[in-house]
Amino acid sequence: MFLGTVVYAVINSVILMLMAIGFNLTFGISGVANFAHGALYILSAYVSWMLLNMLGLPFFISALFSILITTLVGALMYRFVLIRVRGQVLSEVIATFGIGLAILELFRYLGFVGFEYTLPVFIDTSFFVAGVYVDMQRILIVVLGAVLVFGLWLFTHHTSLGLAFRGIAQDERTALTLGIDTDWIATLSVSLGAGLAALAATIIIPLGSISPGEGYDVLIKALAVCIIGGLGSTGGVIVASFIIGFAERFTDSYISSHWTMIVSLAAILIVLTMKPSGLFGKQKELEERI
Amino acid sequence: MSSEFLLCVSGLYKNFGGVQAVHDLSFDLAPGELLGIIGPNGSGKTTAINLITGFVKPSRGEITYRNKDITGQPPYKIVRQGIARTFQMVKPFYQLPAYKNMIIPLYSPRVKGMVGGKYGDRDAVALDLLEEVGFERDAYVAYKAASVLPQGYLKRLELAKAIALQPDLLILDELFSGLSLAEVAGTVPIIEKLRIEGKTIIMVEHRLKELFRIADRVIVLNYGQKIADGKAEDVMESEAVKNAYLGTE
Amino acid sequence: MKKRRERIDRGIKVRAGDVFALCSWREVLYLAGPKLLPIIGCLILPLLLNAYWQKVFLSVAVFALLAISWDLLAQTGMISLGQALFYGMGAYVSGILNHYWGLHPFITIPVAAILGGIICTLLLLPVLRLRGIYFSMVTLIIPLMLVRLIEATRIFGGTEGLSGMTPLPSKWLELYLIVLVLLCALFGFRRMLSSDFGLVLKGINDNDRSVMNAGINIYLFKTQALFIASAIGAFTGAFMTHVYMFVGMPVFALDYSILPIAAAIVGGPGSLAGATLGAFILVPLSEILRGIGGLRIVFYGLFLVVFIVALPEGIFHYIQRKYHRFERWVEVD
Repeated sequence: MFLGTVVYAVINSVILMLMAIGFNLTFGISGVANFAHGALYILSAYVSWMLLNMLGLPFFISALFSILITTLVGALMYRFVLIRVRGQVLSEVIATFGIGLAILELFRYLGFVGFEYTLPVFIDTSFFVAGVYVDMQRILIVVLGAVLVFGLWLFTHHTSLGLAFRGIAQDERTALTLGIDTDWIATLSVSLGAGLAALAATIIIPLGSISPGEGYDVLIKALAVCIIGGLGSTGGVIVASFIIGFAERFTDSYISSHWTMIVSLAAILIVLTMKPSGLFGKQKELEERI
Repeated sequence: MSSEFLLCVSGLYKNFGGVQAVHDLSFDLAPGELLGIIGPNGSGKTTAINLITGFVKPSRGEITYRNKDITGQPPYKIVRQGIARTFQMVKPFYQLPAYKNMIIPLYSPRVKGMVGGKYGDRDAVALDLLEEVGFERDAYVAYKAASVLPQGYLKRLELAKAIALQPDLLILDELFSGLSLAEVAGTVPIIEKLRIEGKTIIMVEHRLKELFRIADRVIVLNYGQKIADGKAEDVMESEAVKNAYLGTE
Repeated sequence: MKKRRERIDRGIKVRAGDVFALCSWREVLYLAGPKLLPIIGCLILPLLLNAYWQKVFLSVAVFALLAISWDLLAQTGMISLGQALFYGMGAYVSGILNHYWGLHPFITIPVAAILGGIICTLLLLPVLRLRGIYFSMVTLIIPLMLVRLIEATRIFGGTEGLSGMTPLPSKWLELYLIVLVLLCALFGFRRMLSSDFGLVLKGINDNDRSVMNAGINIYLFKTQALFIASAIGAFTGAFMTHVYMFVGMPVFALDYSILPIAAAIVGGPGSLAGATLGAFILVPLSEILRGIGGLRIVFYGLFLVVFIVALPEGIFHYIQRKYHRFERWVEVD
């Protein structure tokens, strides 16, 4: 029972991390809080569902296409909307929130709700680990999560584009003077965040079904993880996902599944009271203002 | 520990990430003194000011003001004890007339009950203060929206906002930068008048010539460390300072 | 005899926007008109409407108040994405007081407004130390999590909610109570924002460093603004609980967060009158568009994007600008 809970807690944590990492990356690089994150997640799932079931493309191709399309949507969102309100927090928040709302409610209006709206699992087998059955999809999620974190670390520390990302994350104006096109980098950051949301959707959705409500859930989870971990800190996201993931799964197993949401809410309130900028938050109360 | 100094800074450290912005900074400030802080760009002058006024918390070290430890207190508490500062970057309410910009400092708990405080005629006091820093009353400059005022006036508006708090210690962060020679010449008498009124002043400056004319004592910072402390002429003779400024002076 | 065009407000405005010299009743009307219009409109409108539109009018007023509350926060630099938190908290507090203790609405509504305001303020207090989007993030997720909490723990009626609240004594009392509160909030808070206290609040949004540097504790001011805004929101929730005679999970729904924001953005962010105007446009519009169902919310989303990007000043500021540019022909010698 205990080991099994641990296994599922790890899986749950990685799922949370995959949901949050895109949102966090975009914010960390360009300071854009993409409140359409959950909507992009759902958008990519629907696109891949449509390609799969309406055009009859093979799953891997449709998944790839949907990731590309979502990445493009992210870039377009920045180029046509966010670029005009760059730097105005109020406008950025409202604009991304409005876009997300429009996407999700459009799918709801079009009637894309039901159990048939789901994506196939990659490989349909399961294992017996630590006293519980774990299917291949969940193992893939954990593997992909690990690969993704390692890949992002390599990318931001060892490629010139990644270093440029870190440059503008630290000081946009200085980056500008060094000949880095910050608008281009910000476009990339939003589209990269969108792409990560799509990737997460492609691999997580097969466990459940696609629904507009899920979009809000993903946004809530991503925000919760970022608030606890500290916005803009990848390490914080990983730690926070594991904290919430384990806490949720253990309450589920030992208390009741009803209480899982309360655990995250309590965690948020505790972290906010103790350390408002999150566990690993770089956003200090005053220092960032100087 | 009691001393005759108004402000004592001892062993102040601050690092941002791996960068030592301020490294073991100590100095004392006697009442009525005018202290200049100079140094090359990025030498930690503004950080030192931010540490004293509480906008940045020091990593280590102690700041005492009137024999009271004020290290790490939030800015609004420090201001209430009588330390006011100006900012290098001026950012007034552009859409409001200049005298309305004075409302916020005059709303401060520090001046509550004093002339022009919460219970006084604030507009009149604001206009008086602005006239003091050179907003010509006859030309109705104080009534103009901040957005149409030139940089020189905005800097002096910033100064007036600090004076409105009736501080004992006034910290001016690069007040002269961005001003024309004539504007600087117009501002120097204001500072001298403040000294006559008995205010203690710290000036962070790049305009060395004007500063040396009025400063009693100068501290030179380089890479966050104090490399010289003394009278202006003596300090500029020092070998370390010459090296720090080599090429810029 | 030559003629030339002259702005009507020339001659009225003396020195600045807030000092006037009035010489005739026409000029008085010119100045007072924009203020009298909503007062008279709000007082007469309920008499002219049929029962159905009176209900719509009620929700217009409620959303206008929520939009005013949103705008108050936004002017202090706090962008709320969760007006539903305030609304729902007020609704539940008054519902609980009425359901479990049987208190009269005249007691529950004011108590819920204040108590709800205090609870919301305490919940959000830690976020006030941070600027920017943290406030948005936290306000967005707290109401959605509270829904789950009620669903999971089945407290306060759980998914079914509490029903059978005491209604307000009469329909007319309902209508005129909310009208009165709306007008008081609109003009009262407008006045507050143009006072020195309001200037400090706007100063915090504009340049909090400089306000802090004046020895002003910005957190105290932010807390006060937050309390005022959440108390308004809690009042609307408490009021609607007694109108619907029901309180349940839908009070935390996203609708109560989105529509007020849309109203404030469309009407004109940064002015309470704009927020009210926005509610008076959007709520009836959404009633008319009831036929298209869920597509309405899609339109709200798009409205938000279009207005914030293309027309950031909103309708109210546009009308205001045009009004001050009215011209007339005057004779010159």
